[in-house]
Amino acid sequence: MLVDAETEAGPGAPETARRRRPRLPLGGLEVLAAGLIVILVARPWLADALAAPWLQRWTVVFVSVIVQALPFLVFGVVLSAVIAVFVPPSFFARVLPRNDALAVPVAGVAGAVLPGCECASVPVAGAFIRRGVTPAAALAFLLSAPAINPIVLISTAVAFPGQPEFVAARFGASLLAAVAMGWLWLRLGRADWLKPPARPHTDGDSKAAAFWASCRHDIMHAGGFLVVGGAAAATLNAVVPERWIAAVADQPVLSVLVLALLAVVLSICSEADAFVAASLTQFSLTARLAFLVVGPMVDIKLVAMQTGVFGKSFAARFAPATFVVAVASAAIVGTVFL
Amino acid sequence: MRRQAQAVVLMLLGGAVLRTSLTDTYLRYVKEGLRPFLIAAGVALVAIAVATLHYELRARRAAHSHDDHPEPKVSWLMLLPVVGLLLVAPGALGAYAADSTGTALGAWEEESDYLPLPDGDPAEIPVLDYASRAIFDEGRSMEGRRVKLTGFISRADDGTVFLTRMILSCCAADARPIKVGIEGATTEGLADDAWVAVVGTYTPTMMRDPINNERIPFIAAESVEGVGVPVKQYE
Repeated sequence: MLVDAETEAGPGAPETARRRRPRLPLGGLEVLAAGLIVILVARPWLADALAAPWLQRWTVVFVSVIVQALPFLVFGVVLSAVIAVFVPPSFFARVLPRNDALAVPVAGVAGAVLPGCECASVPVAGAFIRRGVTPAAALAFLLSAPAINPIVLISTAVAFPGQPEFVAARFGASLLAAVAMGWLWLRLGRADWLKPPARPHTDGDSKAAAFWASCRHDIMHAGGFLVVGGAAAATLNAVVPERWIAAVADQPVLSVLVLALLAVVLSICSEADAFVAASLTQFSLTARLAFLVVGPMVDIKLVAMQTGVFGKSFAARFAPATFVVAVASAAIVGTVFL
Repeated sequence: MRRQAQAVVLMLLGGAVLRTSLTDTYLRYVKEGLRPFLIAAGVALVAIAVATLHYELRARRAAHSHDDHPEPKVSWLMLLPVVGLLLVAPGALGAYAADSTGTALGAWEEESDYLPLPDGDPAEIPVLDYASRAIFDEGRSMEGRRVKLTGFISRADDGTVFLTRMILSCCAADARPIKVGIEGATTEGLADDAWVAVVGTYTPTMMRDPINNERIPFIAAESVEGVGVPVKQYE
Protein backbone atom coordinates (compact mmCIF):
# COMPACT_ATOMS: atom_id res chain seq x y z
CA MET A 1 0.00 0.00 0.00
CA LEU A 2 3.05 2.21 0.21
CA VAL A 3 4.79 3.97 -2.64
CA ASP A 4 8.35 5.01 -2.23
CA ALA A 5 8.32 8.72 -1.66
CA GLU A 6 11.42 9.48 -3.66
CA THR A 7 10.51 7.63 -6.85
CA GLU A 8 7.04 8.92 -7.41
CA ALA A 9 7.68 12.57 -8.25
CA GLY A 10 6.79 12.46 -11.93
CA PRO A 11 7.34 15.30 -14.36
CA GLY A 12 3.97 16.61 -13.29
CA ALA A 13 5.09 17.27 -9.72
CA PRO A 14 4.53 20.89 -8.85
CA GLU A 15 7.27 23.44 -8.51
CA THR A 16 7.08 23.35 -4.74
CA ALA A 17 7.80 19.64 -4.66
CA ARG A 18 10.69 19.83 -7.07
CA ARG A 19 12.37 22.69 -5.29
CA ARG A 20 12.24 20.88 -2.00
CA ARG A 21 15.46 19.02 -1.29
CA PRO A 22 15.79 16.46 1.44
CA ARG A 23 17.43 17.60 4.66
CA LEU A 24 17.38 21.30 3.88
CA PRO A 25 16.19 23.39 6.78
CA LEU A 26 13.60 24.85 4.42
CA GLY A 27 10.76 22.30 4.69
CA GLY A 28 7.76 21.69 2.50
CA LEU A 29 5.60 23.70 4.84
CA GLU A 30 7.59 26.89 4.34
CA VAL A 31 7.67 26.44 0.57
CA LEU A 32 3.94 25.77 0.65
CA ALA A 33 3.30 29.00 2.53
CA ALA A 34 5.48 30.97 0.13
CA GLY A 35 3.77 29.37 -2.86
CA LEU A 36 0.34 30.26 -1.55
CA ILE A 37 1.38 33.87 -1.04
CA VAL A 38 2.71 34.04 -4.61
CA ILE A 39 -0.55 32.61 -5.96
CA LEU A 40 -2.63 35.03 -3.89
CA VAL A 41 -0.62 37.99 -5.18
CA ALA A 42 -0.87 36.70 -8.76
CA ARG A 43 -4.59 36.01 -8.50
CA PRO A 44 -5.88 38.77 -10.84
CA TRP A 45 -3.30 37.76 -13.41
CA LEU A 46 -4.28 34.11 -12.93
CA ALA A 47 -7.93 34.85 -13.71
CA ASP A 48 -6.90 36.68 -16.90
CA ALA A 49 -4.62 33.88 -17.99
CA LEU A 50 -7.44 31.37 -17.61
CA ALA A 51 -10.00 33.45 -19.51
CA ALA A 52 -9.47 31.73 -22.88
CA PRO A 53 -12.57 29.61 -23.61
CA TRP A 54 -10.75 26.29 -24.07
CA LEU A 55 -8.78 26.85 -20.87
CA GLN A 56 -11.97 27.81 -19.07
CA ARG A 57 -13.57 24.57 -20.24
CA TRP A 58 -10.51 22.58 -19.17
CA THR A 59 -10.58 24.13 -15.71
CA VAL A 60 -14.30 23.51 -15.21
CA VAL A 61 -14.01 19.87 -16.24
CA PHE A 62 -10.86 19.35 -14.15
CA VAL A 63 -12.38 20.89 -11.03
CA SER A 64 -15.67 19.06 -11.47
CA VAL A 65 -14.04 15.63 -11.93
CA ILE A 66 -12.22 16.18 -8.62
CA VAL A 67 -15.27 17.58 -6.83
CA GLN A 68 -17.41 14.70 -8.05
CA ALA A 69 -14.87 12.05 -7.07
CA LEU A 70 -13.80 13.41 -3.69
CA PRO A 71 -16.85 12.35 -1.62
CA PHE A 72 -16.50 8.81 -2.97
CA LEU A 73 -12.75 8.76 -2.40
CA VAL A 74 -13.19 10.01 1.18
CA PHE A 75 -15.93 7.45 1.76
CA GLY A 76 -13.68 4.68 0.42
CA VAL A 77 -10.75 5.85 2.51
CA VAL A 78 -12.81 5.94 5.71
CA LEU A 79 -14.35 2.55 4.96
CA SER A 80 -10.94 1.05 4.26
CA ALA A 81 -9.64 2.52 7.54
CA VAL A 82 -12.54 0.84 9.35
CA ILE A 83 -11.65 -2.47 7.66
CA ALA A 84 -7.95 -2.02 8.37
CA VAL A 85 -8.40 -1.18 12.04
CA PHE A 86 -11.61 -2.75 13.28
CA VAL A 87 -12.19 -5.86 11.14
CA PRO A 88 -9.84 -8.68 12.19
CA PRO A 89 -8.13 -10.71 9.44
CA SER A 90 -9.88 -13.81 10.72
CA PHE A 91 -13.18 -12.36 9.52
CA PHE A 92 -12.11 -12.56 5.88
CA ALA A 93 -10.66 -16.02 6.39
CA ARG A 94 -14.09 -17.07 7.67
CA VAL A 95 -16.32 -15.52 4.98
CA LEU A 96 -14.17 -16.24 1.92
CA PRO A 97 -13.80 -19.81 0.64
CA ARG A 98 -10.41 -21.27 1.51
CA ASN A 99 -9.92 -22.28 -2.13
CA ASP A 100 -8.52 -19.23 -3.96
CA ALA A 101 -10.15 -20.14 -7.27
CA LEU A 102 -13.50 -20.16 -5.49
CA ALA A 103 -12.78 -16.99 -3.48
CA VAL A 104 -12.47 -14.99 -6.73
CA PRO A 105 -16.12 -15.25 -7.88
CA VAL A 106 -17.36 -14.83 -4.30
CA ALA A 107 -15.38 -11.59 -3.96
CA GLY A 108 -16.56 -10.50 -7.41
CA VAL A 109 -20.20 -10.89 -6.46
CA ALA A 110 -19.50 -9.20 -3.10
CA GLY A 111 -18.60 -6.09 -5.11
CA ALA A 112 -22.32 -5.54 -5.49
CA VAL A 113 -22.57 -4.30 -1.90
CA LEU A 114 -20.13 -1.38 -2.08
CA PRO A 115 -22.31 1.55 -3.07
CA GLY A 116 -19.81 3.81 -4.76
CA CYS A 117 -17.73 4.35 -7.84
CA GLU A 118 -14.21 3.34 -8.76
CA CYS A 119 -12.65 5.98 -6.49
CA ALA A 120 -14.00 4.18 -3.42
CA SER A 121 -13.05 0.68 -4.49
CA VAL A 122 -9.31 1.30 -4.88
CA PRO A 123 -8.56 2.02 -1.20
CA VAL A 124 -11.01 -0.66 -0.05
CA ALA A 125 -9.35 -3.33 -2.22
CA GLY A 126 -6.00 -2.17 -0.84
CA ALA A 127 -7.31 -2.69 2.69
CA PHE A 128 -8.49 -6.19 1.77
CA ILE A 129 -5.00 -7.17 0.64
CA ARG A 130 -3.51 -5.74 3.83
CA ARG A 131 -6.01 -7.81 5.77
CA GLY A 132 -4.74 -11.02 4.20
CA VAL A 133 -7.33 -11.49 1.46
CA THR A 134 -5.74 -13.27 -1.49
CA PRO A 135 -4.86 -10.58 -4.10
CA ALA A 136 -6.79 -12.36 -6.86
CA ALA A 137 -10.04 -12.07 -4.87
CA ALA A 138 -9.34 -8.47 -3.85
CA LEU A 139 -8.69 -7.57 -7.50
CA ALA A 140 -11.93 -9.21 -8.64
CA PHE A 141 -13.66 -7.08 -6.02
CA LEU A 142 -11.76 -3.97 -7.17
CA LEU A 143 -13.02 -4.46 -10.74
CA SER A 144 -16.58 -5.56 -10.06
CA ALA A 145 -17.58 -3.19 -7.24
CA PRO A 146 -17.77 0.04 -9.27
CA ALA A 147 -19.67 -1.66 -12.10
CA ILE A 148 -22.29 -3.87 -10.49
CA ASN A 149 -23.40 -2.07 -7.32
CA PRO A 150 -27.08 -1.08 -7.02
CA ILE A 151 -26.54 2.66 -7.54
CA VAL A 152 -24.76 2.10 -10.83
CA LEU A 153 -27.29 -0.47 -12.04
CA ILE A 154 -30.21 1.81 -11.16
CA SER A 155 -28.65 4.77 -12.97
CA THR A 156 -28.09 2.48 -15.96
CA ALA A 157 -31.76 1.46 -15.87
CA VAL A 158 -32.78 5.13 -15.73
CA ALA A 159 -30.52 6.02 -18.66
CA PHE A 160 -31.78 3.09 -20.75
CA PRO A 161 -35.49 2.98 -19.93
CA GLY A 162 -37.42 -0.04 -21.14
CA GLN A 163 -34.23 -2.02 -21.80
CA PRO A 164 -33.72 -4.25 -18.75
CA GLU A 165 -31.69 -6.63 -20.89
CA PHE A 166 -29.10 -3.88 -21.28
CA VAL A 167 -28.78 -3.50 -17.50
CA ALA A 168 -28.46 -7.30 -17.19
CA ALA A 169 -25.82 -7.29 -19.94
CA ARG A 170 -23.81 -4.65 -18.06
CA PHE A 171 -24.00 -6.67 -14.85
CA GLY A 172 -23.09 -9.93 -16.57
CA ALA A 173 -20.26 -8.61 -18.73
CA SER A 174 -18.70 -6.67 -15.84
CA LEU A 175 -18.84 -9.60 -13.43
CA LEU A 176 -17.48 -11.92 -16.11
CA ALA A 177 -14.53 -9.63 -16.81
CA ALA A 178 -13.80 -9.11 -13.08
CA VAL A 179 -13.82 -12.83 -12.29
CA ALA A 180 -11.77 -13.64 -15.40
CA MET A 181 -9.15 -11.10 -14.29
CA GLY A 182 -9.09 -12.63 -10.80
CA TRP A 183 -8.46 -16.09 -12.21
CA LEU A 184 -5.89 -14.70 -14.64
CA TRP A 185 -4.05 -13.19 -11.66
CA LEU A 186 -4.14 -16.55 -9.85
CA ARG A 187 -2.52 -18.19 -12.87
CA LEU A 188 -0.07 -15.54 -14.06
CA GLY A 189 0.14 -12.92 -11.33
CA ARG A 190 3.31 -12.57 -9.31
CA ALA A 191 3.25 -11.26 -5.77
CA ASP A 192 6.33 -9.09 -6.33
CA TRP A 193 4.45 -6.98 -8.92
CA LEU A 194 2.36 -5.69 -6.06
CA LYS A 195 3.83 -3.17 -3.66
CA PRO A 196 4.39 -4.88 -0.33
CA PRO A 197 1.33 -4.37 1.83
CA ALA A 198 2.91 -1.79 4.08
CA ARG A 199 0.87 0.42 6.30
CA PRO A 200 1.52 3.45 8.45
CA HIS A 201 3.58 2.81 11.55
CA THR A 202 1.00 2.45 14.23
CA ASP A 203 2.53 -0.15 16.50
CA GLY A 204 1.56 0.57 20.05
CA ASP A 205 -0.85 3.34 19.06
CA SER A 206 -4.48 3.29 20.08
CA LYS A 207 -7.17 2.14 17.63
CA ALA A 208 -8.25 5.75 17.15
CA ALA A 209 -4.72 6.78 16.25
CA ALA A 210 -4.44 3.86 13.84
CA PHE A 211 -7.78 4.80 12.26
CA TRP A 212 -6.78 8.40 11.60
CA ALA A 213 -3.32 7.39 10.43
CA SER A 214 -4.88 4.99 7.92
CA CYS A 215 -7.25 7.70 6.64
CA ARG A 216 -4.41 10.17 6.22
CA HIS A 217 -2.11 7.62 4.61
CA ASP A 218 -4.69 6.44 2.06
CA ILE A 219 -5.87 9.87 1.06
CA MET A 220 -2.33 11.15 0.61
CA HIS A 221 -1.59 8.19 -1.65
CA ALA A 222 -4.71 8.22 -3.77
CA GLY A 223 -5.47 11.96 -3.77
CA GLY A 224 -2.48 13.14 -5.79
CA PHE A 225 -3.09 10.50 -8.43
CA LEU A 226 -6.75 11.45 -8.60
CA VAL A 227 -5.58 14.96 -9.53
CA VAL A 228 -3.28 13.55 -12.25
CA GLY A 229 -6.18 11.52 -13.64
CA GLY A 230 -8.60 14.44 -13.45
CA ALA A 231 -6.18 16.67 -15.35
CA ALA A 232 -5.67 14.05 -18.07
CA ALA A 233 -9.40 13.46 -18.41
CA ALA A 234 -10.08 17.19 -18.67
CA THR A 235 -7.40 17.55 -21.34
CA LEU A 236 -8.85 14.82 -23.53
CA ASN A 237 -12.41 15.90 -22.83
CA ALA A 238 -11.56 19.36 -24.12
CA VAL A 239 -9.31 18.26 -26.98
CA VAL A 240 -10.99 15.27 -28.71
CA PRO A 241 -13.76 16.65 -30.95
CA GLU A 242 -17.01 14.71 -31.03
CA ARG A 243 -17.02 14.80 -34.83
CA TRP A 244 -14.05 12.42 -34.99
CA ILE A 245 -15.85 9.94 -32.82
CA ALA A 246 -19.07 10.14 -34.80
CA ALA A 247 -17.14 9.31 -37.97
CA VAL A 248 -16.42 5.73 -36.82
CA ALA A 249 -19.85 4.95 -35.38
CA ASP A 250 -20.95 2.89 -38.40
CA GLN A 251 -18.07 0.41 -38.27
CA PRO A 252 -19.08 -2.48 -35.99
CA VAL A 253 -15.66 -3.61 -34.75
CA LEU A 254 -13.94 -0.26 -34.78
CA SER A 255 -16.81 1.41 -32.93
CA VAL A 256 -16.49 -1.05 -30.01
CA LEU A 257 -12.78 -0.29 -29.73
CA VAL A 258 -13.28 3.46 -30.07
CA LEU A 259 -15.92 3.63 -27.34
CA ALA A 260 -13.79 1.40 -25.09
CA LEU A 261 -10.87 3.79 -25.57
CA LEU A 262 -13.16 6.76 -25.03
CA ALA A 263 -14.18 5.27 -21.67
CA VAL A 264 -10.52 5.02 -20.68
CA VAL A 265 -9.87 8.58 -21.73
CA LEU A 266 -12.94 10.33 -20.34
CA SER A 267 -12.66 8.77 -16.85
CA ILE A 268 -16.30 9.44 -16.06
CA CYS A 269 -17.57 8.27 -12.69
CA SER A 270 -19.30 4.90 -13.02
CA GLU A 271 -22.46 6.36 -11.53
CA ALA A 272 -22.79 8.77 -14.44
CA ASP A 273 -21.32 6.95 -17.39
CA ALA A 274 -24.64 5.33 -18.36
CA PHE A 275 -26.10 8.74 -19.18
CA VAL A 276 -23.18 9.54 -21.43
CA ALA A 277 -23.49 6.13 -23.09
CA ALA A 278 -27.21 6.74 -23.62
CA SER A 279 -26.45 9.98 -25.44
CA LEU A 280 -24.02 8.27 -27.85
CA THR A 281 -27.01 7.28 -29.97
CA GLN A 282 -25.04 6.77 -33.19
CA PHE A 283 -23.31 3.74 -31.72
CA SER A 284 -24.51 0.13 -31.48
CA LEU A 285 -25.64 -1.20 -28.11
CA THR A 286 -22.62 -3.52 -28.02
CA ALA A 287 -20.25 -0.59 -28.47
CA ARG A 288 -22.02 1.29 -25.68
CA LEU A 289 -21.86 -1.81 -23.50
CA ALA A 290 -18.08 -1.89 -24.02
CA PHE A 291 -17.99 1.76 -22.91
CA LEU A 292 -19.82 0.85 -19.68
CA VAL A 293 -17.82 -2.31 -18.94
CA VAL A 294 -14.38 -0.82 -19.60
CA GLY A 295 -14.97 2.59 -17.93
CA PRO A 296 -15.29 1.44 -14.30
CA MET A 297 -12.36 -1.00 -14.68
CA VAL A 298 -9.76 0.92 -16.67
CA ASP A 299 -9.62 4.67 -16.96
CA ILE A 300 -6.85 7.21 -16.69
CA LYS A 301 -7.88 8.43 -13.27
CA LEU A 302 -8.26 4.87 -11.97
CA VAL A 303 -4.93 3.65 -13.38
CA ALA A 304 -3.22 6.64 -11.78
CA MET A 305 -4.80 5.76 -8.44
CA GLN A 306 -3.89 2.08 -8.81
CA THR A 307 -0.31 3.15 -9.45
CA GLY A 308 -0.39 5.05 -6.19
CA VAL A 309 -1.90 2.25 -4.14
CA PHE A 310 -0.52 -0.94 -5.72
CA GLY A 311 2.63 0.32 -7.46
CA LYS A 312 3.86 0.98 -10.99
CA SER A 313 4.85 -2.53 -12.03
CA PHE A 314 1.39 -3.74 -11.04
CA ALA A 315 -0.57 -1.05 -12.88
CA ALA A 316 1.55 -1.34 -16.04
CA ARG A 317 0.53 -5.01 -16.41
CA PHE A 318 -2.88 -5.07 -14.83
CA ALA A 319 -4.51 -2.17 -16.69
CA PRO A 320 -3.79 -3.33 -20.28
CA ALA A 321 -4.80 -6.90 -19.43
CA THR A 322 -8.03 -5.66 -17.86
CA PHE A 323 -8.74 -3.57 -20.95
CA VAL A 324 -8.44 -6.57 -23.26
CA VAL A 325 -10.51 -8.84 -21.00
CA ALA A 326 -13.21 -6.19 -20.49
CA VAL A 327 -13.55 -5.46 -24.22
CA ALA A 328 -13.72 -9.18 -25.00
CA SER A 329 -16.31 -9.75 -22.30
CA ALA A 330 -18.47 -6.86 -23.52
CA ALA A 331 -18.17 -8.00 -27.14
CA ILE A 332 -19.23 -11.56 -26.27
CA VAL A 333 -22.11 -10.60 -23.99
CA GLY A 334 -23.24 -7.85 -26.36
CA THR A 335 -23.18 -10.08 -29.45
CA VAL A 336 -25.04 -12.90 -27.73
CA PHE A 337 -27.66 -11.00 -25.73
CA LEU A 338 -28.20 -7.57 -27.31
CA MET B 1 5.86 15.38 2.46
CA ARG B 2 6.06 15.86 6.21
CA ARG B 3 3.13 15.21 8.45
CA GLN B 4 2.56 18.88 9.20
CA ALA B 5 2.54 19.76 5.51
CA GLN B 6 0.12 16.88 4.87
CA ALA B 7 -2.19 18.26 7.52
CA VAL B 8 -2.09 21.70 5.91
CA VAL B 9 -2.82 20.29 2.44
CA LEU B 10 -5.73 18.22 3.77
CA MET B 11 -7.06 21.22 5.69
CA LEU B 12 -6.89 23.42 2.58
CA LEU B 13 -8.59 20.80 0.43
CA GLY B 14 -11.32 20.19 3.02
CA GLY B 15 -11.80 23.92 3.45
CA ALA B 16 -12.03 24.46 -0.31
CA VAL B 17 -14.63 21.72 -0.64
CA LEU B 18 -16.61 23.14 2.29
CA ARG B 19 -16.54 26.65 0.92
CA THR B 20 -17.64 25.47 -2.51
CA SER B 21 -20.47 23.33 -1.17
CA LEU B 22 -21.74 25.76 1.46
CA THR B 23 -22.10 28.49 -1.18
CA ASP B 24 -23.80 27.99 -4.54
CA THR B 25 -20.47 27.61 -6.33
CA TYR B 26 -20.68 23.80 -6.33
CA LEU B 27 -23.63 24.03 -8.75
CA ARG B 28 -21.17 25.00 -11.50
CA TYR B 29 -19.51 21.60 -11.27
CA VAL B 30 -21.88 18.93 -9.98
CA LYS B 31 -25.55 18.11 -9.38
CA GLU B 32 -27.49 19.59 -6.51
CA GLY B 33 -27.92 16.17 -4.89
CA LEU B 34 -24.20 15.79 -4.23
CA ARG B 35 -24.17 18.69 -1.75
CA PRO B 36 -24.62 16.71 1.52
CA PHE B 37 -21.90 14.29 0.45
CA LEU B 38 -19.57 17.16 -0.44
CA ILE B 39 -20.12 18.75 2.95
CA ALA B 40 -19.50 15.41 4.67
CA ALA B 41 -16.31 14.88 2.64
CA GLY B 42 -15.10 18.40 3.49
CA VAL B 43 -15.73 17.84 7.20
CA ALA B 44 -13.98 14.46 7.05
CA LEU B 45 -10.92 15.97 5.33
CA VAL B 46 -10.69 18.71 7.95
CA ALA B 47 -11.09 16.09 10.71
CA ILE B 48 -8.29 13.98 9.23
CA ALA B 49 -6.10 17.10 9.09
CA VAL B 50 -6.84 17.98 12.72
CA ALA B 51 -6.20 14.41 13.87
CA THR B 52 -2.92 14.32 11.94
CA LEU B 53 -1.75 17.53 13.62
CA HIS B 54 -2.92 16.29 17.02
CA TYR B 55 -1.03 12.99 16.86
CA GLU B 56 2.02 14.60 15.27
CA LEU B 57 2.29 17.22 18.02
CA ARG B 58 1.82 14.56 20.68
CA ALA B 59 4.49 12.38 19.09
CA ARG B 60 6.86 15.35 19.00
CA ARG B 61 6.34 15.97 22.66
CA ALA B 62 7.12 12.32 23.29
CA ALA B 63 10.13 12.83 20.96
CA HIS B 64 9.39 10.06 18.48
CA SER B 65 8.23 11.74 15.34
CA HIS B 66 6.69 9.53 12.67
CA ASP B 67 8.36 11.50 9.92
CA ASP B 68 10.70 8.69 8.95
CA HIS B 69 8.31 7.65 6.16
CA PRO B 70 7.17 10.61 4.10
CA GLU B 71 4.27 10.26 1.66
CA PRO B 72 4.81 10.56 -2.12
CA LYS B 73 5.52 13.95 -3.61
CA VAL B 74 2.65 13.57 -6.03
CA SER B 75 0.33 14.35 -3.14
CA TRP B 76 1.43 17.98 -3.45
CA LEU B 77 -0.78 18.01 -6.54
CA MET B 78 -3.77 18.04 -4.20
CA LEU B 79 -3.12 21.78 -3.99
CA LEU B 80 -4.18 22.17 -7.64
CA PRO B 81 -7.91 21.66 -6.98
CA VAL B 82 -7.55 23.99 -3.98
CA VAL B 83 -6.23 26.69 -6.31
CA GLY B 84 -8.96 25.82 -8.82
CA LEU B 85 -11.76 25.98 -6.27
CA LEU B 86 -10.70 28.92 -4.12
CA LEU B 87 -8.77 31.20 -6.44
CA VAL B 88 -9.95 30.51 -9.98
CA ALA B 89 -13.48 29.13 -9.35
CA PRO B 90 -14.26 28.82 -13.07
CA GLY B 91 -17.80 29.55 -14.23
CA ALA B 92 -20.23 26.97 -15.58
CA LEU B 93 -19.82 25.54 -19.10
CA GLY B 94 -21.41 27.66 -21.82
CA ALA B 95 -21.57 28.25 -25.55
CA TYR B 96 -17.96 27.21 -26.23
CA ALA B 97 -18.62 23.70 -24.95
CA ALA B 98 -22.11 23.58 -26.49
CA ASP B 99 -20.80 24.46 -29.96
CA SER B 100 -18.51 21.46 -30.10
CA THR B 101 -20.97 18.93 -28.68
CA GLY B 102 -24.04 17.47 -30.35
CA THR B 103 -27.45 18.07 -28.79
CA ALA B 104 -28.22 15.30 -26.30
CA LEU B 105 -31.93 14.87 -26.85
CA GLY B 106 -31.39 11.29 -28.07
CA ALA B 107 -30.45 10.24 -24.53
CA TRP B 108 -34.03 10.86 -23.45
CA GLU B 109 -36.48 8.29 -24.62
CA GLU B 110 -39.92 9.12 -25.81
CA GLU B 111 -42.50 9.08 -23.05
CA SER B 112 -45.85 7.49 -23.76
CA ASP B 113 -47.81 10.57 -22.77
CA TYR B 114 -46.77 14.00 -21.66
CA LEU B 115 -48.42 15.66 -18.67
CA PRO B 116 -50.25 18.91 -19.36
CA LEU B 117 -48.06 22.02 -19.20
CA PRO B 118 -47.89 23.78 -15.82
CA ASP B 119 -50.34 26.64 -15.23
CA GLY B 120 -49.53 30.19 -16.24
CA ASP B 121 -49.31 32.14 -19.43
CA PRO B 122 -46.66 31.73 -20.59
CA ALA B 123 -45.94 28.38 -18.95
CA GLU B 124 -42.37 28.23 -17.70
CA ILE B 125 -40.76 24.91 -18.61
CA PRO B 126 -37.19 23.58 -18.85
CA VAL B 127 -35.50 23.59 -22.27
CA LEU B 128 -35.20 19.81 -22.16
CA ASP B 129 -38.95 19.49 -21.49
CA TYR B 130 -39.75 21.71 -24.46
CA ALA B 131 -37.38 19.84 -26.75
CA SER B 132 -38.76 16.41 -25.88
CA ARG B 133 -42.40 17.57 -26.15
CA ALA B 134 -41.60 19.18 -29.51
CA ILE B 135 -39.75 16.21 -31.01
CA PHE B 136 -41.31 13.12 -29.44
CA ASP B 137 -44.85 14.46 -28.97
CA GLU B 138 -44.84 16.75 -32.02
CA GLY B 139 -45.98 19.58 -29.80
CA ARG B 140 -49.41 18.05 -29.05
CA SER B 141 -49.18 18.66 -25.30
CA MET B 142 -48.32 22.32 -25.96
CA GLU B 143 -51.15 23.11 -28.40
CA GLY B 144 -52.57 26.62 -27.98
CA ARG B 145 -50.17 27.47 -25.17
CA ARG B 146 -47.35 29.95 -24.86
CA VAL B 147 -44.18 28.74 -23.16
CA LYS B 148 -41.20 30.47 -21.60
CA LEU B 149 -37.74 28.93 -21.83
CA THR B 150 -34.57 30.18 -20.18
CA GLY B 151 -31.10 29.42 -21.50
CA PHE B 152 -28.02 30.92 -23.09
CA ILE B 153 -27.31 31.81 -26.70
CA SER B 154 -25.09 29.57 -28.81
CA ARG B 155 -24.66 29.32 -32.58
CA ALA B 156 -24.21 26.64 -35.21
CA ASP B 157 -21.42 27.01 -37.76
CA ASP B 158 -23.96 28.26 -40.32
CA GLY B 159 -25.11 31.03 -37.95
CA THR B 160 -28.36 29.43 -36.72
CA VAL B 161 -29.07 30.83 -33.26
CA PHE B 162 -29.90 28.37 -30.49
CA LEU B 163 -31.36 28.74 -27.05
CA THR B 164 -29.18 26.22 -25.21
CA ARG B 165 -29.07 24.70 -21.78
CA MET B 166 -26.45 22.27 -20.53
CA ILE B 167 -27.72 19.19 -18.71
CA LEU B 168 -25.68 17.23 -16.20
CA SER B 169 -26.05 13.62 -15.19
CA CYS B 170 -23.33 13.79 -12.59
CA CYS B 171 -20.62 16.40 -13.10
CA ALA B 172 -19.52 18.90 -15.72
CA ALA B 173 -17.37 16.21 -17.38
CA ASP B 174 -20.57 14.65 -18.72
CA ALA B 175 -22.37 17.94 -19.46
CA ARG B 176 -24.25 17.88 -22.74
CA PRO B 177 -26.21 20.63 -24.45
CA ILE B 178 -29.90 20.65 -25.33
CA LYS B 179 -30.40 23.06 -28.23
CA VAL B 180 -33.61 24.73 -29.41
CA GLY B 181 -33.52 26.88 -32.54
CA ILE B 182 -35.04 30.36 -32.27
CA GLU B 183 -37.19 31.56 -35.17
CA GLY B 184 -39.33 34.66 -35.47
CA ALA B 185 -38.02 37.22 -33.01
CA THR B 186 -34.78 38.97 -33.75
CA THR B 187 -31.71 37.70 -31.97
CA GLU B 188 -29.40 40.34 -33.34
CA GLY B 189 -27.00 41.86 -30.89
CA LEU B 190 -27.16 38.85 -28.59
CA ALA B 191 -23.68 37.56 -27.95
CA ASP B 192 -22.85 33.91 -27.34
CA ASP B 193 -23.35 32.94 -23.69
CA ALA B 194 -25.89 35.76 -23.11
CA TRP B 195 -28.67 34.46 -20.87
CA VAL B 196 -32.15 35.04 -22.30
CA ALA B 197 -35.78 34.15 -21.66
CA VAL B 198 -37.69 33.23 -24.82
CA VAL B 199 -41.50 33.41 -24.89
CA GLY B 200 -43.10 31.66 -27.82
CA THR B 201 -45.16 28.79 -29.20
CA TYR B 202 -44.46 25.39 -30.74
CA THR B 203 -43.42 25.22 -34.37
CA PRO B 204 -42.89 22.04 -36.42
CA THR B 205 -39.64 23.46 -37.83
CA MET B 206 -36.64 21.34 -36.96
CA MET B 207 -33.11 20.65 -38.08
CA ARG B 208 -30.37 18.09 -37.58
CA ASP B 209 -27.37 18.91 -35.43
CA PRO B 210 -24.42 18.74 -37.85
CA ILE B 211 -22.27 17.25 -35.08
CA ASN B 212 -24.27 14.12 -34.27
CA ASN B 213 -27.25 14.25 -36.66
CA GLU B 214 -29.64 14.46 -33.69
CA ARG B 215 -32.92 16.41 -34.08
CA ILE B 216 -33.07 20.03 -32.89
CA PRO B 217 -36.57 21.53 -32.49
CA PHE B 218 -37.39 25.21 -32.97
CA ILE B 219 -39.57 27.64 -31.07
CA ALA B 220 -41.61 30.39 -32.75
CA ALA B 221 -40.45 33.23 -30.53
CA GLU B 222 -42.54 36.30 -29.70
CA SER B 223 -39.89 37.87 -27.54
CA VAL B 224 -36.29 37.23 -26.57
CA GLU B 225 -35.26 39.12 -23.48
CA GLY B 226 -31.96 39.24 -21.65
CA VAL B 227 -32.07 37.89 -18.10
CA GLY B 228 -29.56 37.50 -15.29
CA VAL B 229 -27.43 34.37 -15.02
CA PRO B 230 -29.41 31.86 -12.92
CA VAL B 231 -27.89 30.21 -9.84
CA LYS B 232 -28.54 26.77 -11.30
CA GLN B 233 -27.07 27.03 -14.76
CA TYR B 234 -27.47 23.34 -15.60
CA GLU B 235 -30.75 21.55 -15.97
